[in-house]
Amino acid sequence: MKSADGVLEGTLEKVPTGIAGLDEVTRGGFPKGRPTLVCGSAGSGKTLLAMEFLVRGATDHGEPGLFIAFEETAEELAKNVQSLGFEVADLVARKLIDIDYVHVDRSEIEETGEFDLEGLFVRLGFAIDSIGAKRVVIDTIEVLFSGLSNTLILRDEISRLFRWLKKKGVTAVITAERAEGTLTRHGLEEYVSDCVILLDHRVHDQISTRRLRVVKYRGTAHDTNEFPFLIDNDGISVVPITAAGLTHEATDERISTGIAELDSMFDGGGYLRGSSVLISGTAGTGKTSLGAHFAEGACERGERCLYFSFEESPKQLLRNMQSIGINLGRSLESGKLKIYSSRPTRFGLEMHLVTLQRLVREFNPTVVVVDPISNFLAAGTTIDAHSMLVRLIDLLKARGITTVLTNLTHKRDSPDEATSGISSIIDAWIWLEDFTEDDERRTSLAIVKARGLRHSRKIRNYKITSDGVKLAIERGGEATT
Amino acid sequence: MSDTSEWDTIDETWDLCLYVAGQTAKSVTAFANLKKVCEEHLNGKYTIQVIDLLVNPQLARGDQIVAIPTLVRKLPEPIRKIIGDLSDTERVLVGLQLRPAKSQAE
Repeated sequence: MKSADGVLEGTLEKVPTGIAGLDEVTRGGFPKGRPTLVCGSAGSGKTLLAMEFLVRGATDHGEPGLFIAFEETAEELAKNVQSLGFEVADLVARKLIDIDYVHVDRSEIEETGEFDLEGLFVRLGFAIDSIGAKRVVIDTIEVLFSGLSNTLILRDEISRLFRWLKKKGVTAVITAERAEGTLTRHGLEEYVSDCVILLDHRVHDQISTRRLRVVKYRGTAHDTNEFPFLIDNDGISVVPITAAGLTHEATDERISTGIAELDSMFDGGGYLRGSSVLISGTAGTGKTSLGAHFAEGACERGERCLYFSFEESPKQLLRNMQSIGINLGRSLESGKLKIYSSRPTRFGLEMHLVTLQRLVREFNPTVVVVDPISNFLAAGTTIDAHSMLVRLIDLLKARGITTVLTNLTHKRDSPDEATSGISSIIDAWIWLEDFTEDDERRTSLAIVKARGLRHSRKIRNYKITSDGVKLAIERGGEATT
Repeated sequence: MSDTSEWDTIDETWDLCLYVAGQTAKSVTAFANLKKVCEEHLNGKYTIQVIDLLVNPQLARGDQIVAIPTLVRKLPEPIRKIIGDLSDTERVLVGLQLRPAKSQAE
């Protein structure tokens, strides 16, 4: 099928933006040699995204870039993006990036009769040719509408500009201000038919979340989901729901829970590798201990484990686990174990998701422990938290990582909000419970589910001893251990 | 146009630049219109420099040119810009500050 300007559907060549996560979301980047529209309200991160597109292009993809700035001078712009770790001034000095500040001030200009924007075209053309620019950013061309009054001419000229950019073969990002009810205030989406990205910045219960959505991408099956993104000192990171979807590789390989008796309850061999395991329990039932056993076991076998500790600092975790005979210090020293501690409430949810994602990418673990996920609920609305957990689990699954998530529950025998939201994507679920018997608090463990495994249906009592978690003889008399 | 008497006391030389991009109908018209206005209002005390951006594209950035044609009054200061083919003489005079903006409505 051919569209109006002769592009075969589905054959758009793409250019990687180089922005973390965005290339996954767009299945490869922005359409090559064509303009992409990035719209959003003030402060939504349009300019930063556009600048990172140029910086990554110049540094990682050998594509020099031109930034046409209508709103900030080159100096202001360079200063504003410095906090993102972009040394734009250096790139400008090396002729990999060129910034042209276009100043249009109505108070200095009188309009009389016919005109066109050839001056702008000349500037663009000259700058593109001077540095051999392959990428161009125009941020934001709508400023022209406040600087010049003849909107008819402006519309014609902007439409001509988009055609001209295509003819030049540059991959362009055009930013535009979002308006009530429409994508852009001046209808620029009319001129950009290939790719439209929408950025959004919301504050919910004093927690800020940034989101990105691909509104339109011709010839590309794209998610219509909103993806959280983060702006920090490494630039922008978009958190994609992994493109893998439900095509995660299924393996029969097994991985020890770190406790031999528990392994035997899981069809004799522990969890399935690459699966997601949820350990739910009321306070003090030893969720962390089970997570730590799993981590210790993996590291001792030479695997790499990333442990997200959202309640205890690494030191507290080490000390507490040491007291029950779990030695995490050894693995920490050997570099097999990495512990990351923080409190989810300190930042927005997406910040956490992005941080986790980045750590996973950097450390490349085979095993991840998230302890506990319940803390995420405190960091955003329930819907946000669910969606974030689903993304996190999906992400880890896509990488074949075996994940143990712990969850603090308050009510017994009834899945709470956190678990009801994610239980469908959890492969195995261990339920810990405390009860009183003979004036003593006891703890028991049961496997609620274990996909793909013939698991034990018994409820097993256990104790946390100075030598780790010990399962008792099965209740009901069938002694198997 | 008989009320220009107070604006006739021009004794410094006006330095005007007309930015064009090739010999287009708009730029030819703009030059002709500019010439006429200058003859009538500047008593010969002016210079017009025509800058063709197709020949000197690098000048577009330095002089902040976006629209074509653009007339820039470099002297006397402050710098003023008038864009378009200069067909509306009244607005050209206002733009050059040869006539106060108030009289625009007359």
